[in-house]
Amino acid sequence: MTELWQALTLQAGYNASLVALGAGLLGLSAGAAGSFMVLRKRALVSDAMAHSTLPGVGIAFLIMVSFGGEGRNLAGLLIGSAVTATLGLYLVDWISRRTRLAEDAAIGAVLSVFFGFGVVLLTVIQTMSAGRQAGLESFLLGSTAGMLFSDAVTIAGGGAIALAVIWLLRRPMTLVAFDAGFAQASGVNVRQTDLAMMALVMGVTVIGLKFVGLILIVALLIIPAVTARFWTNRAEALLWIAAGVGGASGYIGAAVSASAPDLPTGPIIVLIAAAIFVFSMFFAPLRGVLYAVIRHQRFQERVHLRQGLLAMARSEPIHDKMTLRLLLRAGYIRADGVATKAGAAQAAKAARDERRWTTARQVHHDSAQTGRYDGLTPIESVFTPDEIALFDEHLAGAPRS
Amino acid sequence: MTTPELRIAADNAAKMAASTQVSAMKIRGMTVSYGEKPALFSVDADFASGAMTAIIGPNGAGKSTLLKAALGIVPRLSGEVSVFDRPLSVSRDRIAYVPQRASVDWDFPTRVFDVVLMGLYRQLGLLGRVKARHRQTALECLDRVGMADFADRQIGQLSGGQQQRVFLARSLAQGADLYLLDEPFAGVDAATEAAIIAVLKELKNQGKSVVAVHHDLATVTRYFDRVLLLNVNKVAEGPVASAFTSETISQTYGGRLASAQIDQLGLLVVP
Repeated sequence: MTELWQALTLQAGYNASLVALGAGLLGLSAGAAGSFMVLRKRALVSDAMAHSTLPGVGIAFLIMVSFGGEGRNLAGLLIGSAVTATLGLYLVDWISRRTRLAEDAAIGAVLSVFFGFGVVLLTVIQTMSAGRQAGLESFLLGSTAGMLFSDAVTIAGGGAIALAVIWLLRRPMTLVAFDAGFAQASGVNVRQTDLAMMALVMGVTVIGLKFVGLILIVALLIIPAVTARFWTNRAEALLWIAAGVGGASGYIGAAVSASAPDLPTGPIIVLIAAAIFVFSMFFAPLRGVLYAVIRHQRFQERVHLRQGLLAMARSEPIHDKMTLRLLLRAGYIRADGVATKAGAAQAAKAARDERRWTTARQVHHDSAQTGRYDGLTPIESVFTPDEIALFDEHLAGAPRS
Repeated sequence: MTTPELRIAADNAAKMAASTQVSAMKIRGMTVSYGEKPALFSVDADFASGAMTAIIGPNGAGKSTLLKAALGIVPRLSGEVSVFDRPLSVSRDRIAYVPQRASVDWDFPTRVFDVVLMGLYRQLGLLGRVKARHRQTALECLDRVGMADFADRQIGQLSGGQQQRVFLARSLAQGADLYLLDEPFAGVDAATEAAIIAVLKELKNQGKSVVAVHHDLATVTRYFDRVLLLNVNKVAEGPVASAFTSETISQTYGGRLASAQIDQLGLLVVP
């Protein structure tokens, strides 16, 4: 435990600190870049891309060794992975545009074929007597062992560039994700924006290979965005919350992994992200499950209050204890059960709104809207003032034609 | 030596020059195809400036495709488009487009106000900050469609009619001269239809041009000045009084619209 604390507070030594900071920056940019993929509903494309990096790693290694170089040169391996990732991405795009296959089928095909080929290459490399091949498997699940300062700088630099590009392109990318037709009509080049989005995710994927590994990088792209969705209804806020969730997962995950060197980094980072996801699912105030329970409780109280007011308007006796308690608490009745002035006014309003709703359900064409009648929803929160005026005209018996 | 093509080209040029009225949008020889079957074939159209034009035709006639292809949202096989006598790329700022409501995911994390702000993105550019005057503009546009009280709503909570109003507000924020609307009245309630048509007439009174894909034949004469009747080819085009006749309608819809229904529209039968 003390080791973990030291790692989290950057006191576990130079290398562990380097790794934690690098992973944090990576998570930050992955969370932000992944948000756009989720909003554009193309999250799985990034999975195909991640798996397509593996043959590139193998090929780059073979090329570097055959030229007598150091096969594990990180920059060389990353360039190789970017090349085959681009190829995989292009294939998905080509298959789904030129054939009648849907994009998900294209993703499945490309992902498995590229990954299979990559595994074969890795096996071949392992049986070769190059001797220094050990370590390529770490690209599968990620590892922080043997991380160099230059590696950390590469990741930090790449992450910073990705964040800058995201900030710069956040408006066109949001627009394209929400309404591509409108975007195109107002002069945004949808295809180029999509490509920029892909390039971003590719950049994050490639620099994240070393830490998180290609199998799980997709989790770091998607989980922060879906986590953020529990907390906000705004795309821009979602973007930065996702970045925060990704950054925290990367930082904490790398620290945990550093405190127990046998733990693979990628899976730990993903598990941390998943823990934040589960927490958000239950406790986020906007869309969380727990809050939904509380909302239900409040809903029940509203039902009772409303029924009480309507009963008051009709001068009916009220027997339900909960209803009486709520009416008393709201100051609508006195302790002896007689309506107060405020109570009488509220009862009259409730009765009038009920009549308006009845009219609305007769004259309004949009059943999705009139279907929101539940006896509770204030009518002014569903209909616009001119619509309500129309209902009142109907109530008065002189509908406008 | 004049080849037939050259003569046709010269002829077209002469016709274009002869038209006295400025066109808001001019389309020449536009063909669009999804796969091997043309959705539109060699369509010429002139959308008059300062008028309200309805694009009418049966399902699959290419009404929405005409707008999308003119704007470059779907690719054209052939054809030219000019907006206020300039190429589209030059006149982009003068166009506002309202896509079909169903074309977007209404569970997208965004509020009504943010959607209207999207109409100002082009003006803001990549780096411009959203300032008080931009917010003011967006709120005014929401107010014009009667949705000012809904600014903070998540868009998923809106009804179909309210969604349509938000889209209209976004196009108003674009501050354009030509408004292209794709089925603005599809599946909306009566109050919304009245609100939308009021806004469109207001635009027309300000000298703006409005083009709307429309499917309700009964309201054409009440709402619009001009029509374009379309069924893969152009069938007729012009002022409602002369182009929207029982003859052109039955030509457009073929056997799909019984003559009894056409009679109900109460149109003059042109001999």
